[in-house]
Amino acid sequence: MTDVTVMPDSPAGTPAAPARDDRRGQRRPRKPMNTQFRTAVSPHQLNTTRGRIIYWIVLTIVVVSFTAAFVFPLYWMVTGAMKSTEELNSIPPTFLPSHFSLDGYLEAWDLLDLGTLLGNTALYAGGAWLLTLAVDVSAAYALSKLRPALGKVVLALMLSTLMIPPMVIMLPAYLTVKEVPIFGWNLLNTPWAIWLPAAANGFNVFLLKRFFDSIPRELLEAAEIDGASPGRILWSVVIPISRPILGVVSILTVVNVWRDFVWPLLVLPDSDKMSVSIGIASLSSQMPQNVLVASLVIASIPTIVVFFLFQRHIMAGLTAGSLKG
Amino acid sequence: MTTASIPAASGRGRQPTKLRRAVRRNVTAYGFLCGALICFAFFSWYPMVREVILSFQRTNFVDPPRWVGLENFRTVINDPAFGPAWVNTAVFTLLALLCGYGIPFVTAIVLNELRHARAYLRFVVYLPVMLPPAVSVLLFQWFYNPDYGLFNQALGLVHLPGLQWLNSTSTALISLVIVSTWMNMGSGTLIYLAALQTIPSELYEAAELDGAGLFKRIRHVTIPQTKLILLVMLLLQIVATMQVFIEPYLLTGGGPENATVSVVYLMYQYAFNFGNLNAGNALGLMLMIVLMVFSAIYLRVSRDNTV
Repeated sequence: MTDVTVMPDSPAGTPAAPARDDRRGQRRPRKPMNTQFRTAVSPHQLNTTRGRIIYWIVLTIVVVSFTAAFVFPLYWMVTGAMKSTEELNSIPPTFLPSHFSLDGYLEAWDLLDLGTLLGNTALYAGGAWLLTLAVDVSAAYALSKLRPALGKVVLALMLSTLMIPPMVIMLPAYLTVKEVPIFGWNLLNTPWAIWLPAAANGFNVFLLKRFFDSIPRELLEAAEIDGASPGRILWSVVIPISRPILGVVSILTVVNVWRDFVWPLLVLPDSDKMSVSIGIASLSSQMPQNVLVASLVIASIPTIVVFFLFQRHIMAGLTAGSLKG
Repeated sequence: MTTASIPAASGRGRQPTKLRRAVRRNVTAYGFLCGALICFAFFSWYPMVREVILSFQRTNFVDPPRWVGLENFRTVINDPAFGPAWVNTAVFTLLALLCGYGIPFVTAIVLNELRHARAYLRFVVYLPVMLPPAVSVLLFQWFYNPDYGLFNQALGLVHLPGLQWLNSTSTALISLVIVSTWMNMGSGTLIYLAALQTIPSELYEAAELDGAGLFKRIRHVTIPQTKLILLVMLLLQIVATMQVFIEPYLLTGGGPENATVSVVYLMYQYAFNFGNLNAGNALGLMLMIVLMVFSAIYLRVSRDNTV
């Protein structure tokens, strides 16, 4: 009896009154939160005066400490690049640059030839993106819908690469890039050294195949009866409905190539072929501090922009990657 | 072949077309697969095999390779940095687990309770994950500077003596753990947060009716409900952190006095600084075997529970 009376009023509005009102006013409708979402802390506890005081204290602490831990370093980086080297080294530190100047950024751009480095990185990321999609989508389609003989073995072999951490095979992979077996090509300092290994991604094939498996057979059979070839079915039926998963795979691929350090360090030793992370790292010791910091800011702008634009997809990829990996 | 003789009279025309269709289907399928097969063969499967082969050979890329048995393994084991590399990697992994595993889980639980600023907090905690790791590491190198770095200046504000951070054997490894935690904790936090939000609220209500306090509810509802994801993340974290390379490479160069040499860093040094790629491979093979155990458990756990 008691719980019957307690239950309906807990979501109805009494508990944590300010919080609930606030949530109702939010722009984004967050699905079950209003009615069913409840957590370890009970709404009743939260609603007492003591509960509310504790809640606000905890909230303040969390917001302040998160800002200090994650935003402040970035603020320090962005403003640090505007300071002169003497000001950077001064004690006590200044919170605002004594005079705003973008010289640090301009100098970093010229000294490190950041235009070339960023261009290189964009080329590596863009090419890896296209090649990965082309290779992994068609592979997943073949394994999921065409089901060739030995398809299960091929899939198992591809998934088995997930068991081998990339770092431990970096030396033989490097030798392969240096002299591709059979063909004898030397891919060092070419974009192919980044693109081809990026396409050999068992996790992408797995994600895509699982999504393709969920596409109803009837849909493809209908297209087949209409006389569509497998390539046509992939292009006109499968790819259009797979946009969400293609988005996830795209973002993961681009961001991974952009962030990667070790592999480009090995396979792109020429300074005019380096990716931006390697370029900055290799010149870091010779740069004045403010120039180095400015180059760090510039190098992180692209990924931060991607993050701003595709926040939701990145989170989706994150949970797809871990919960079901 | 013998059974085919029975329907042969009626189905002679159909039998070959069926076969031909199967062949055609397979040819098309392998046509779609060939790009992936080539990429995987050259850049995943072959290197895996070659890792093993190279470990037992001596190659100088001029003469044909020579089989040398366990000599490469002997070389790396006798290296004075061998012990420290494994110990550091193990300690780094342990500390990174304590910080990079415990902190995100607690953070996620706290975030899950908050009703305000959720979007902001989620965004902010994931921000460092999006920075290129090289940027985060070089940023912290600047913060760690004993003379004018942010950390010592902050300690100075509260009248504490500054630390040597990367320059002292006692703090260098910890400094690496701090960077690593800072730049990686966002993904863990968000994954735990997603897991926490799938816990049915009835469980908490039931626990509450049974008189369980907050900590009991966390212990008997939250943790059991997220047990699987906790286990999966534990294994993933172990595999990821044992491959630590960029932090020692950029921050300390393995020093001071081998205090931050990691296995992968030593492997890199063998191949590219000591000119002994085979010894580097032998080291890589040892690490591969250790990590494969964890990877295998991880795959087993995640497969058993998702399919």
